[in-house]
Amino acid sequence: MTNVVYHPEDLVRDLDRIAQSLRIDVVDMIHRRKAGHPGGSLSAAEIVTALIFHHMRIDPKRPGWEERDRFILSKGHACSLLYAALARRGFFPREELKTWGHLGSRLQGHPDRLKTVGVDMTTGMEGHGVAVGAGLCLSARIKNLSYNVYVLVGDGECQCGVLWEGAMIASKYRLSELTVIVDHNHVQLDGPVHEILPVDSLVDKWRAFNFATLEIDGNNMREVLDALDMAREIRNKPTAIIAHTTKGRGVSFMENKSAWHGRPPNDEEYAQAISELRRRLEEL
Amino acid sequence: MRKASMRRAYGEALAEYGAENPDVAVVVADVSSSVQTGFFAKRFPERFFNVGITEQAMVDVAAGLALGGMIPFANTFAVLFLRAAEQIRTCVAYAKTNVKLVGSYSGMSNFKDGPTHHVECDTATMRSMPNITVFEVADAVEARKAVPVIAEYDGPVYLRISRAEVPIIFDESYEVKIGRGTILRDGSDAALIASGVMVSRCLDAAEKLAKEGIDAYVVNMSSIKPLDVKLVWKLARETGAIVTAEDHSVIGGLGGAVAEALGQESPANLERIGIPDTFTETALSYDELLDHYGMSVERIVEATRLTVERRKR
Repeated sequence: MTNVVYHPEDLVRDLDRIAQSLRIDVVDMIHRRKAGHPGGSLSAAEIVTALIFHHMRIDPKRPGWEERDRFILSKGHACSLLYAALARRGFFPREELKTWGHLGSRLQGHPDRLKTVGVDMTTGMEGHGVAVGAGLCLSARIKNLSYNVYVLVGDGECQCGVLWEGAMIASKYRLSELTVIVDHNHVQLDGPVHEILPVDSLVDKWRAFNFATLEIDGNNMREVLDALDMAREIRNKPTAIIAHTTKGRGVSFMENKSAWHGRPPNDEEYAQAISELRRRLEEL
Repeated sequence: MRKASMRRAYGEALAEYGAENPDVAVVVADVSSSVQTGFFAKRFPERFFNVGITEQAMVDVAAGLALGGMIPFANTFAVLFLRAAEQIRTCVAYAKTNVKLVGSYSGMSNFKDGPTHHVECDTATMRSMPNITVFEVADAVEARKAVPVIAEYDGPVYLRISRAEVPIIFDESYEVKIGRGTILRDGSDAALIASGVMVSRCLDAAEKLAKEGIDAYVVNMSSIKPLDVKLVWKLARETGAIVTAEDHSVIGGLGGAVAEALGQESPANLERIGIPDTFTETALSYDELLDHYGMSVERIVEATRLTVERRKR
């Protein structure tokens, strides 16, 4: 089943450096805008980097290319990460990141497919990505196109009923082109996920919905790359990658704290966060 | 007048149009036999998806199909689209995906299943969402002819269809146009503006009114959004007496839309016929329910008299 190529050290290190640079972009953007969601953006940096900078078949010069792989950031609140990644990947100038959230900007508070080049689907309300992704896969099947669809969901998002409706549909039609990645950072807006509404065990749940499941350290680039390769090889059912991550990853005082789900750092906190993130980047 | 089923006409037209246009797909939430999508399913199984009782995901799946370049028709009972209101707002209206939402069993037309299955607020809900076109068909001919027009219109549409068998109003020459009301009967003293099953009741009411010397226009306003405001203003200026009629709450539907248009320009005496601001009841027949909730032909006649008298004052 597995036809996973070994990922060279250089590639993994390069991608790790990109992920860390995106973390700096994220904290920068949220601080400048004085709004945004640092926790769940920092946790998903490796996942989004692996997809946008390596795994997915996309081309910034042809954002509307019919056969491109699709990415749905179902946890749309992590959009600063997506915007930073798309800009670094060449979909639009990095300078534009400064306009995020300003009246008239192409970069909305949550992703808007009609405004931002490279955004495949408008998101922001939790739960939709799996079913929308299933619809995209069905459409590809009818049109005889072979693209893959990647949906990044949060673990708090796994509390949404519509997400599981979508999972049943994806499983009914055996949509192997669909890969759901759960950013399992264990923290949501109001507190720890296990306290607000437990979702465990996510692996058992996705398996019960007839998805192939992979469980990885989602902040480990090599594991993310391997899992995405494996998911592509699974032919008869959709895949769910349960990626254990740390909310607020890389900023010591943000890690595992629900307070940092949706609040911006003040100037002092910003300085500390950036210095921690830069130090780590230099080490890579 | 010969009666025919709107939902059957819709279902047959969908299958017919599906043969012409390979981009049409159909999604349904376990009510295929009720909303008559079986004709399509039989001919195009590869483009037909019954997703079970998952109205929210059905709307999202339709949005995904549209993202991939298909023209999905998502079907369920009109009341059940309320369950997916946020999905419709985010993934269809705001994301402007080319999804056609077909709300069947509208108003009280599912008389026997009672108020849980009736719907008085779907038009109001859909109409207030930006980007959504709201269209309600009045007979089987219009239901059939609406399918290609709606499919070829680029953008989200909510199509409202009754469960009832209703008299055939239109002939083959009728052309469905989004944004346009159709004058079915000329008048001078008052104007009856109706949608759906109430159109034929308004035609009956106009007959009766003519005998009393009141000449009333009858307009089929299937395009509830965008509303044909120019026509509404013209009728208001000419007659000064407007009656709206629909199987929907008097709040926020066609009556609401016409009231908004009149408030903006050319105010006229207005009576709104529809479900009063109340939940309904179960009954043994649809006609009985419509009469009970003040939507009888006689009530339309009375309302018209009232507006005409008020205008004279």
